[in-house]
Amino acid sequence: MALYSEKVMDHFRNPRNVGVIEDADGVGEVGNAKCGDIMKIYLKIEGEPGHEIVTDVKFETFGCGSAIASSSMATELIMGKPLSEALTLTNRAVTEALDGLPAHKLHCSVLAEEAIKAAVKDYFDRNGIAYDPELFKEGPEPSCAV
Amino acid sequence: MIYADNAATTAVGRAALAAMLPCLISDYGNPSSLYAFGQRAKEKLEDARARVAACLNADPKEITFTSGGSEADNQAIRSAAALGAKKGKKHIISTAFEHHAVLHTLDALKEEGFEITLLDVHENGIVTAEEVAAAIRPETCLVTVMYANNEIGTVQPIAEIGAVCREKGVLFHTDAVQAAGHLHIDVQAQNIDMLSVSGHKFHGPKGVGFLYAKKGIRLRNVIYGGGQERGKRAGTENLPAIVGMAAALEDQLLHLDENNARLIRLRDRLIAGLAKIPHSILNGDPVKRLPSNVSFCFEAIEGESMLLLLDDKGICASSGSACTSGSLDPSHVIMAIGRPHEVAHGSLRLSLGEDITEEQVDTIIREVTEVVEYLRSMSPIWRAQSEGKMDYVLK
Repeated sequence: MALYSEKVMDHFRNPRNVGVIEDADGVGEVGNAKCGDIMKIYLKIEGEPGHEIVTDVKFETFGCGSAIASSSMATELIMGKPLSEALTLTNRAVTEALDGLPAHKLHCSVLAEEAIKAAVKDYFDRNGIAYDPELFKEGPEPSCAV
Repeated sequence: MIYADNAATTAVGRAALAAMLPCLISDYGNPSSLYAFGQRAKEKLEDARARVAACLNADPKEITFTSGGSEADNQAIRSAAALGAKKGKKHIISTAFEHHAVLHTLDALKEEGFEITLLDVHENGIVTAEEVAAAIRPETCLVTVMYANNEIGTVQPIAEIGAVCREKGVLFHTDAVQAAGHLHIDVQAQNIDMLSVSGHKFHGPKGVGFLYAKKGIRLRNVIYGGGQERGKRAGTENLPAIVGMAAALEDQLLHLDENNARLIRLRDRLIAGLAKIPHSILNGDPVKRLPSNVSFCFEAIEGESMLLLLDDKGICASSGSACTSGSLDPSHVIMAIGRPHEVAHGSLRLSLGEDITEEQVDTIIREVTEVVEYLRSMSPIWRAQSEGKMDYVLK
């Protein structure tokens, strides 16, 4: 049995939306190089507050195969979607879209969810848009002894 | 496919296979049976014992066959600990970058009240005999230092460490799983009291190994049961594997100098090629290392991604990255030589086989270079570093 599903390998081998958006409206970076993965998400957002659409999204990732695949899948899931949907993207949705991840790799999908949330929060902060801080409560980080 | 993971396991060689087949098909008797058919198997068993003993300049009575290197390590350390405990000596010296078969056995002994000193292996991955000597105390019952490291390939000064232990009257064990069949070993000249070997690292079959224990060292059982192996290791002997291992070891030694001269040349070519990748570093001493081992860390990328992409290009390699081990911590070996976490995740081990060609080495250099460049192109760390917003860890 292969380590990863075909979906994971496809997104790892041919990652979608890799790169940088120079004039991004929101940027989120999560993870820690010491723990072996960092994800950075760039968002381009258009529309009136409350009705924004994610018109472009790019990512950069330092990490293992599932970290790269999770980033890629997460960007695909929010591309062209209302910002409200990006904000509610769960790690579970990312994992399911990838046809599953090995148990010890689930934190990669958590990072993808958190990276998108961090980018949305950055957009809100930059534009003075009020939000419920509960939305951005940090989840339990997988421990990585450093 | 280019198989560059010979430190993980090797193909069974022709010599081993030829020796094994009759034991599987015709001479399948149980060496413990008293009829002639069983005794023929017993003869083969003892012949194999004599052969592996001769390969190490040991006496056949000093060889106990086991299921592999891990069992041999467990048995050696447990035996020395039991002997020590009887005399009230409960201190063991080892190194920080041993195989887990050693480290986890020592962890278990720690729980049982032993004190463990793990010596630093420095950036070059080598512990000195002087450091071992300085760590020995009146209550030290064992020094266990691996012969050659499995990840970074560094070869330890075994004869010197052995001499120090002999002089101080402390038992000396070495995990020689990566060295046996690849370096010349002489247990007498090198003052080795106990030594662990695994068959599948030198073109023997998997699931077999042996423990050499110098005459007079009382072994403690790890597996209890029947009286096989002079009562020190129960279970019907895995005769096909044992004779295969013996044949493989003999065959390796027959061509060792010639193979190693060639391997060292190709290894150094590979090292020189990979060293051209910016912000990369060779792990371990450049000279005092196994002829087959190349280990690097690359800045700003993660090892598992590297392995998966190399696999797509038909290259089998390994990494000490956390993601390849199922934990979040990178390899204890790469950490032991002082690499920071950030770059320890980006380690790559290539272990060459005797049949590697210069052309394959050049392919590896080309493909690894491409994979590293590609992964860096999507790494936020690399971007920050190349834009001057973050310092490089590796020069």
